Amino acid sequence: MVTSTAVQLEPTGTPREEVESVVVRFAGDSGDGMQLTGSQFTLATALAGNDLATFPDFPAEIRAPIGTTFGVSAFQINFGARKIATAGDAPDVLVAMNPAALKVNLGEVKTGGTVIVDTGTFTGRNLKKAGFDSDPLEDNSLDGFQVLTMDISKLTMEAVKEFGVSNKEALRSKNMWTLGLIYWLYDRDREPTINWLRNKFAKLPHIADANIAALGAGHIYGETAELPGDMRGFTVRQADITPGLYRAVTGAEALAWGLAAGTKLADLRLVLASYPITPASNLLHILAGMKQFDVVTFQAEDEIAAACSAIGASFAGTLGVTTSSGPGIALKGEAIGLAVGAELPLVVVNVQRAGPSTGLPTKTEQSDLYQAVYGRNADAPLVVLAASSPANCFDMGIEAVRLATKYMTPVMLLSDGYMGNASEPWLIPDFNDYEPFPVKFSAPEDIGEGSFLPYARDEETLARPWARPGTSGLQHRIGGIEREDGSGNISYDAENHQRMTDLRAAKIRGIAKDIPLQGVEQGNESGQLAVVGWGSTHGPISRAVGNLRDGGYDVSHIHLHHIWPLPSNLGELLSGFDQVLVPEMNNGQLVTVLRAEYLVPAEPINKVNGQPFKITEIEDAVKSRLDGQSGEAK
Amino acid sequence: MNAPAKPSALKAKDFASDQEVRWCPGCGDYAILKGVQKALADIGTPPENVVFISGIGCSSRFPYYMSTYGFHTIHGRAPAFATGVKLANPDMDVWLVTGDGDGLSIGGNHMLHALRRNVNMQIMLFNNEIYGLTKGQYSPTSKQGTRSPSTPLGSLDRPLSPVLFALGANASFVARAVDTQQKHMPGVLQRAHAHEGASFVEIYTNCIVYNDGAFGSFSEKTNAADGELVLEHGEPMIFGQDRDKGIRMKPGAIELEVVQLGVDGITEDDLLRHDETNRVLAGLLGAMRNPDFPVAVGVLYCEDAEAYDTAVYRQVDEARAAGGEADMNALLRGGATWTVGE
Repeated sequence: MVTSTAVQLEPTGTPREEVESVVVRFAGDSGDGMQLTGSQFTLATALAGNDLATFPDFPAEIRAPIGTTFGVSAFQINFGARKIATAGDAPDVLVAMNPAALKVNLGEVKTGGTVIVDTGTFTGRNLKKAGFDSDPLEDNSLDGFQVLTMDISKLTMEAVKEFGVSNKEALRSKNMWTLGLIYWLYDRDREPTINWLRNKFAKLPHIADANIAALGAGHIYGETAELPGDMRGFTVRQADITPGLYRAVTGAEALAWGLAAGTKLADLRLVLASYPITPASNLLHILAGMKQFDVVTFQAEDEIAAACSAIGASFAGTLGVTTSSGPGIALKGEAIGLAVGAELPLVVVNVQRAGPSTGLPTKTEQSDLYQAVYGRNADAPLVVLAASSPANCFDMGIEAVRLATKYMTPVMLLSDGYMGNASEPWLIPDFNDYEPFPVKFSAPEDIGEGSFLPYARDEETLARPWARPGTSGLQHRIGGIEREDGSGNISYDAENHQRMTDLRAAKIRGIAKDIPLQGVEQGNESGQLAVVGWGSTHGPISRAVGNLRDGGYDVSHIHLHHIWPLPSNLGELLSGFDQVLVPEMNNGQLVTVLRAEYLVPAEPINKVNGQPFKITEIEDAVKSRLDGQSGEAK
Repeated sequence: MNAPAKPSALKAKDFASDQEVRWCPGCGDYAILKGVQKALADIGTPPENVVFISGIGCSSRFPYYMSTYGFHTIHGRAPAFATGVKLANPDMDVWLVTGDGDGLSIGGNHMLHALRRNVNMQIMLFNNEIYGLTKGQYSPTSKQGTRSPSTPLGSLDRPLSPVLFALGANASFVARAVDTQQKHMPGVLQRAHAHEGASFVEIYTNCIVYNDGAFGSFSEKTNAADGELVLEHGEPMIFGQDRDKGIRMKPGAIELEVVQLGVDGITEDDLLRHDETNRVLAGLLGAMRNPDFPVAVGVLYCEDAEAYDTAVYRQVDEARAAGGEADMNALLRGGATWTVGE
């Protein structure tokens, strides 16, 4: 909690303390419903007018053994009366539904922070499973924290006993009891959650009633119980947010909608072919429910088939899209190479996760940049884009479709597990404001007397024409063997291969003319230090740079959305800074691309522990470079 | 697109491209190309509505020699590309060309799934029991003991039968033809085309360089009558130069046997009549091999089943009918929203 002043508040007359921003983390067993709790709290918080950012963090196992540390699922939300850029470095409040959740998360909690514990789960057996030698509630482990202990399990059972639910069902409402308490703590409206429960359990009204009763009981507990010390409710004022209609959106939703929106703007059918993989499967799930938008989805037999059928769909005159994560992208590599050579539009989405190999499927990383830019056999250039936030996925989905269809090229669009699952408030755009970019297929009258030349190029874009099977007179054959310039017939001619390789490279390079010049998000266009980021590090970098600038540091934030080709002015822009710092959730990838392209002395900051950057980590890295320097800056 | 618009005025040569055919002189693929072009002329689909998809291998050069739309893709993946074409535009008449290595080794998985899904296309698997384009290594259909550059002491692994693979994959149409038998092949291909769903046709193809004569015991003119059983739905299973041999169920066993008509009182009535809707029978027939049995050619199995792409668009149509007009702004505003005031 950043600042606090006491204010008088309704309804009980209890004074509430005003805070500017808060970080709350809900943690419990995989089966405790922490993700649902978090998403409901997110909605209530958005409705209360706060800005916010969230971080769902859950295990790879669907139902890990109960009570174990590796089965702990957590949901963190940062909300406040100011612009919120990240899910927060350290929780102010930790809700621990069992000993394992406490064990895993306590180390993250801010000194002096609040820890809310369900004592009903602190049995000898659970303590042992969590790896505690002694009960942390009884020893000194929680010294320095404000601890709120209550038997949530028992209180929930009592609250729901009149609804005739089983003990097991009753205990499932624990998360709603807890949510009720936290709603009281931060003065949130319960009504949206009540409506959501009624809707979700429409066919099981007694379950809905039980959950609503638990929610209410938790809230009443907050109002009436004697809380320890000076603990009382808080209020967080509305943030100063651009007026308009908002919704919460995850990266997966925004990206799926962006792809559908892009194909609509291109006046094409979307054919999505994917194979289930964490954390990308949501894209397939969401688009599978969008058939009325001329979206056809296909769960292929494997990653390779997914890529190949998407390319087949593009050959047939629709937009083929395939979505996956790093290991799946690796399998698609050969097919993507064919799309590069055949010069067919294709959108490949990589929702990155920690690797190599299976790695940490549910943990985030951005370590597939090399794979995206360079990861195919031979010289196989394509377009690489990177979304920077959940809401930004919508516009990047559209941009991917625009470039793929205009330049007849595969486009790799990078998201990551954090961005895909996290949600943020989104000022909903008006789709009518987007400029359509309808595809113009080749028509029989285009060819005149001669035969159709599938590799005759547009002089400006160097894109080849796209002829849809079914069009009379435009029959043509293409494939993976090098194609003769113009006709596309098989050609083993050495000079032709040189020419075609050059043309493919020039086409992709030329796209730099068709993308926005690189701007500076915060700070000056030259100076002592630029922090250059890409992808979901946007949140922590922007907050860190904002804080540093408030503290008088000469630092700028540059964030890339076009990774390949790079914006045409980027080299010049970077050359205006004494130092270039590149924070990445990998072992240093964009940093070497920038060094290779521009010979700039860019330096990395790297983090690969499955968690997003903390704001302080970036601040510290910048300070360590600037504090020691002589001159006017600190 | 499986029904011709009108009696075809198209000739086989209307389906030939201007590209020089580059298979080895004497390759069985030439005969198949001719047979396919004739079958397409008889079927009468305009060339612009036909798409040939292939993988990698000698057979997979096929699309370049057709005047239709064509896509020569990557090794083993042709069924996936073809599925994509059908998902994009189910009106296209899709023909897939593959081989025993392309379709059953590197691409076995895709073949399996295209068949079980019943994607509406014709799959022609040119089986020469060898890798030709990579210069003669043994393939998954090579006989055990095949000596090849990679198996100088003879191959060790047991071969598979393409038609039994297809039947096991729940294919709805399984047939067999022989490269040299030009009178027979176009009819089989027409049947494959008329079938809704994935039609699998194994075509025995002689590789004159690396595996010459592999099928000589039944594909040579002089051997065909005794080496082959030509299947016709509802007809008794008779074969032989003198039409004096037949196939019947061995009494008291679930297996076939060859019998001599007129010997031990055996007549045509004792013979099996082909029932192409019987998957178990198709399996028994597909397993017959020389020299103990004739090799069965023609349509082994044919079952009515909804094609995958038809079903996909049925769902799309249903969703559109139920969901109303697609409205992007309404989608973005669905669910919980809130307004931030000035």
